[in-house]
Amino acid sequence: MSLSLPELLRRMLLIRTIEERLRALVRESKAPVTSPTTGQEAAALGVIDALSQDDLLLTNHRSMSHLLSRGADPRRLLAEIYGKRTGYCQGKSGFRHISIRELGVMLTSTVVGAELSMAPGVALALAMQDSSAIVACFFGDGASCEGVFHESLNLASLWDLPILFVCENNQWQWNVSRKEAQAAARISEFAAPHGIKSQTVDGMDLEAVREAAQAAVAYVRKERRPFLLESVTYRLRGHNSIDPQSYVGPEELAAQWARDPLHLLSQRLAQAGVVSDEARAQLQREVDAEVDRAFAFAQESPFPGPEELLADVYA
Amino acid sequence: MSMLTMDQAVEEALFEEMERDSRVLTMGEGVVQAWARLRDNFGPKRVRNTPLSEGIIAGTAVGASAMGLRPVIDMLCAPFLLYAMEEIVNSAGKLRYLSGGQFSFPLVVIAGTGVAFSLGAQHSHNLEAWFAHAPGLKVVIPSSSAEAKGLLKAAIRDENPVLFFRDFLLGRTPGEVPEGEHLIPLGKAAVAREGQSATIVTYGRMVLTSLEAAATLAEQGLSVEVIDLRTIKPLDEETVLASVRKTGRLVVVHEASRSCGVGAEISATVAEKAFGALKAPILRLTGPDTPVPASPALEPFFAPAAPQIVQAVRQLVG
Repeated sequence: MSLSLPELLRRMLLIRTIEERLRALVRESKAPVTSPTTGQEAAALGVIDALSQDDLLLTNHRSMSHLLSRGADPRRLLAEIYGKRTGYCQGKSGFRHISIRELGVMLTSTVVGAELSMAPGVALALAMQDSSAIVACFFGDGASCEGVFHESLNLASLWDLPILFVCENNQWQWNVSRKEAQAAARISEFAAPHGIKSQTVDGMDLEAVREAAQAAVAYVRKERRPFLLESVTYRLRGHNSIDPQSYVGPEELAAQWARDPLHLLSQRLAQAGVVSDEARAQLQREVDAEVDRAFAFAQESPFPGPEELLADVYA
Repeated sequence: MSMLTMDQAVEEALFEEMERDSRVLTMGEGVVQAWARLRDNFGPKRVRNTPLSEGIIAGTAVGASAMGLRPVIDMLCAPFLLYAMEEIVNSAGKLRYLSGGQFSFPLVVIAGTGVAFSLGAQHSHNLEAWFAHAPGLKVVIPSSSAEAKGLLKAAIRDENPVLFFRDFLLGRTPGEVPEGEHLIPLGKAAVAREGQSATIVTYGRMVLTSLEAAATLAEQGLSVEVIDLRTIKPLDEETVLASVRKTGRLVVVHEASRSCGVGAEISATVAEKAFGALKAPILRLTGPDTPVPASPALEPFFAPAAPQIVQAVRQLVG
């Protein structure tokens, strides 16, 4: 998409504002529980900005950054989260499995690792249709503990499938630290045994992610081969919006908040004179107004009728 | 008509559908060797050997079908499907619904089923009820080569994920198969034998055993109707209920274990909807709630046999 830096900042503000508002509202029982992507915005946005419009995405339950980066309408996205008929999936998904066909967001599953299981088939179809598009498959460090992670890499390599595997290594698998669950130091290390090239990048640095992703996307598109990009990031909020993160040490959390990708980008753009503090404040006001409208739309939208319970089980 | 084993009928159905529709492709461990004729005719892009990784085979079929392809995957033995339950049940069966109808999953999963060849419980396990219980899936089990061809062709053309179970023993049994366009609609049972005094509802290889029992009963002067379900889900309630309303007696026969099996579903359906027509209690003859033993001395006792069916019907007719 190659958005401008101010537009990238605007999208990051939009993601953060929506998720922080959902987090505040859930405490008043005015929003459903969600799984925030706070801290992971740059890791998502940097990759999605490097993709083309006809490329396809597979994501997971922690998808807010992917969907908004891709250009999802916040009104329909929030309507889906609220279980409303006007949502992208007519309220059937809720926040956990939102797919948006018109944006090329395919087959979102909340079962950890399922996105990895489905990506080769999507890429195989592209290959058989002689398409120049590629697949970007977003998963976390938790999914890389599933066996199907290796099955997916192996098949993608064997069959020369155009898949950009994007691991957002956010250090937490629900309430278990990655260090407690995974022996490998880096998830990108799993690529080489499958004959796949890889890179690890600082997932808090939007420009670094974007640069790495551009190179990775170009490789996958040209070579029609898979690539594994690991963004080392951090889940700054809990597993879900009501998780108090009591299992995270306060010092660790403070150190990670100091690396907040939104703060980092804002600071950098201000210093470079691209987006002044004043311009950023104006952007924030615009985003706040957009988010107000989106929440109003979602909250005022109708729920699906009871007859919808039985719809769309079979084609 | 040509004489084909069920395995040959499966290959013929695949051949015809791959010729008819370039979106059809086959994947699985050893499909290139098993279906050399398909590979020779349709090439390596559409006939693909896979690693021994059931989860990714099924997941790849899910992804490919969502993109408009029509994959047929061969998972060899039904118990191996358990490695792919996530992809079949959580993805193929649910993601249409969860996406608000944005995607459909026209894929077919072929798996061998039935008690045979001393394979033992981790190759022989009749799992059809597991999939019938899962939303969004269809389940078919042919009882003959002709049914295998007709049901598989219909399954490939269906817009939904279909589990296609082929019985190991029937796989090697020759039978007459109509040439060319032969389609059996999913969800339609067949009356394999007409009768008046009792109804046997069954499917798969047990249709043959039930017909054998019905022939014996006919010699004894008892006229028995045999319903071959062909499709387990969606269940053809209409045909089952019409038969029971006519005969007033029902025996359900299947090889799969008893608890929460297909027989329980049929018994409950008949009790709910045709109770007034029943002249006797419903009986189920099923495999026991045990794993399938490998010993050739024990294996034959697992599935219901014709004499047991004869005895059950005689008990009902009194």
